[in-house]
Amino acid sequence: MTAIIQVEGLSKRYTIGASRRTEERLKEALTERMKTLFTRRSSGALPEIWALKDIGFSVTRGTAIGIIGRNGAGKSTLLKILSRITDPTEGEVRLYGRVASLLEVGTGFHPDLTGRENIYLNGAILGMSRVEIRSKMDEIIAFAELERFADTVVKHYSSGMYMRLAFAVAAHLEPEILIVDEVLAVGDLAFQKKCIGKMQDVTGEGRTVLFVSHNLSAIESLCERALLLENGRLIMDATPSEVVKRYSSEGQILRTERRWTGTSAPGGEGLTLRAARVSPQAIQVRTPVTLEFDVDVTRRGVFNLSLQFYDEQNVLMFMSFPPDVQSGGGTLDEGSYTARCEIPGDLFNAGRVRVDVLGARDRGVLAFREEAAVSFEVHDSPDLRGGWWGHWPGAVRPRLAWTTIPARRQS
Amino acid sequence: MSASEPLVLKPASGWQALNLRDVWRYRELLLFFVWRDIKVRYKQTVLGVMWVLIRPVLSVLMFSVVFGRLAKLPSEGIPYPLFVLAAMIPWNFFAGAVGAASMSLVGNSQLITKVYFPRLVIPIATVLTNLFDMAVSFLLLGALMAWYGFVPGAAAIITVPAIFLLTALIALAISLWLGALNVTYRDVGNTIPFLLQIWMYATPVVYALTLIPVRWRWLASLNPMTGIVEACRSFLLGTPLDGRSLLVSVVLGSFTLFGGLFYFRRAERTFADTV
Repeated sequence: MTAIIQVEGLSKRYTIGASRRTEERLKEALTERMKTLFTRRSSGALPEIWALKDIGFSVTRGTAIGIIGRNGAGKSTLLKILSRITDPTEGEVRLYGRVASLLEVGTGFHPDLTGRENIYLNGAILGMSRVEIRSKMDEIIAFAELERFADTVVKHYSSGMYMRLAFAVAAHLEPEILIVDEVLAVGDLAFQKKCIGKMQDVTGEGRTVLFVSHNLSAIESLCERALLLENGRLIMDATPSEVVKRYSSEGQILRTERRWTGTSAPGGEGLTLRAARVSPQAIQVRTPVTLEFDVDVTRRGVFNLSLQFYDEQNVLMFMSFPPDVQSGGGTLDEGSYTARCEIPGDLFNAGRVRVDVLGARDRGVLAFREEAAVSFEVHDSPDLRGGWWGHWPGAVRPRLAWTTIPARRQS
Repeated sequence: MSASEPLVLKPASGWQALNLRDVWRYRELLLFFVWRDIKVRYKQTVLGVMWVLIRPVLSVLMFSVVFGRLAKLPSEGIPYPLFVLAAMIPWNFFAGAVGAASMSLVGNSQLITKVYFPRLVIPIATVLTNLFDMAVSFLLLGALMAWYGFVPGAAAIITVPAIFLLTALIALAISLWLGALNVTYRDVGNTIPFLLQIWMYATPVVYALTLIPVRWRWLASLNPMTGIVEACRSFLLGTPLDGRSLLVSVVLGSFTLFGGLFYFRRAERTFADTV
């Protein structure tokens, strides 16, 4: 089999701070130029990071290959280089075929244009010719299930309709190499299945697909091979099931939704934990978070759950249990219950949060303890940083009331 | 693309070949951008494309009152409204194109960070969009010329489009420099409106070149727009042609364009990282 993509010694360096909008001032650049004019070397070393370091692999024609890694592992940078959006700092990529990349759903959609007009525009942006788009127009509209709204301005679409339209255009691309980033994370389940089916057709026709996703089951079912990236390095290149296994065992996987069945379920004293969920999916520092726990009670009694929140350094940030337990509440009959805990925004700092769940009977008898019942990642938010971009230390990041007033002289 | 000739992506340093063939390959996308911008610009406006006419009408009225009536600027024997409009059409095209194209890369940052195409397509498309506005405002000029009974020479069929092609290329040249700089230094974007305003008064739009004392005229013709505006008047209204300033426009425009193309090519590699 001949290689269609060859990557050798690929590295990408970013200079942190050099691209921050607020710092981009012509004056600084000019003074910097003046300095370097005489010294011939750049003064003031800006901090650098290697988003990718010495990546090498090759892909044969007709293969679907998945790329797995934590946020910041370098997946997006790799796709950006392969898509020709940014240049590598070192190394080389050889592409033996026409590339189409889908790093975002609906790139270039214009809200003031109709569905049909956006199909033309988006298709052209993704590399389709006008003739090609015209011949596939009806098929695309049918795939998106938007026959009645094809001539409606897109800004009146629901987000679901918008996504379907965007997917439909992308699904009809016919490049030799298709690069896809995390686009299956949106859209409803039925439509996701349709898209996965379409992607399987694509590889069936001998085209090559590079696919980045946090959806490990999608990678396992779609790809024949997977790459695992960590801190910009390629640490594993094997079958998807092997890579997924290693990735999960390293505790890199976030467990935002869990379900326990049969005897594996944590329980005791007539209380069993059945499921746990974190919502929403995307959490920023400012986002309120909801945790839900489904429990079964098999013996009437006073029950409560308590939650312990740990940060990445394994520091217990705080714990919480329902306030009504102290006042004598919490008596539950036999049956199934959902306990919900709502955590306000502006509490967690950015990073991973691990939640241990403890079940108790009669306010003191431990029924079970499930470590890392759920875990989730809190992403940094650009809000309220006051233009400061450094690391924000501390276990929590509350938003507190501040006032500064002129001092009144005592006399 | 044949399998024997792979696309190689590797670090590039220094000055690159222009790769205009790639721009040609993406010509359909270019036209789609033009079509989108024209289509979107006048959506949700009651008067629609009429705005293209209203703006020059208002400016002509204003300039005619201020400079024609009150200041009584000489207009080489041409009725002042016609005199000013013949120069304002190329100037407005130039100013509109430079203003929009210089901001176009930042305005399309969503695309630049998500999909590959030759970045040159964006400023070219913006200049072409403005060419459309210019063509519409020609209707106004036609009406005004008919009203005053002016008939341009037959050569105008060739000379006038040629002068607009030259204007478009100069506008593109300036936009390549300003647009690429604006990606990294947003200061540039803030400066452009003032720059254009000063530039307009430095160009003989509301006055005639002959108003400038002879010994300073060489300085005025170092401005590439002087030659354009004067030539446009000459071709349309038959005023004497100042060949020297037109030559300056061609030479200066070509240098700026080639320099701009190479500078843009060098700068575009980091657009996605800095925009």
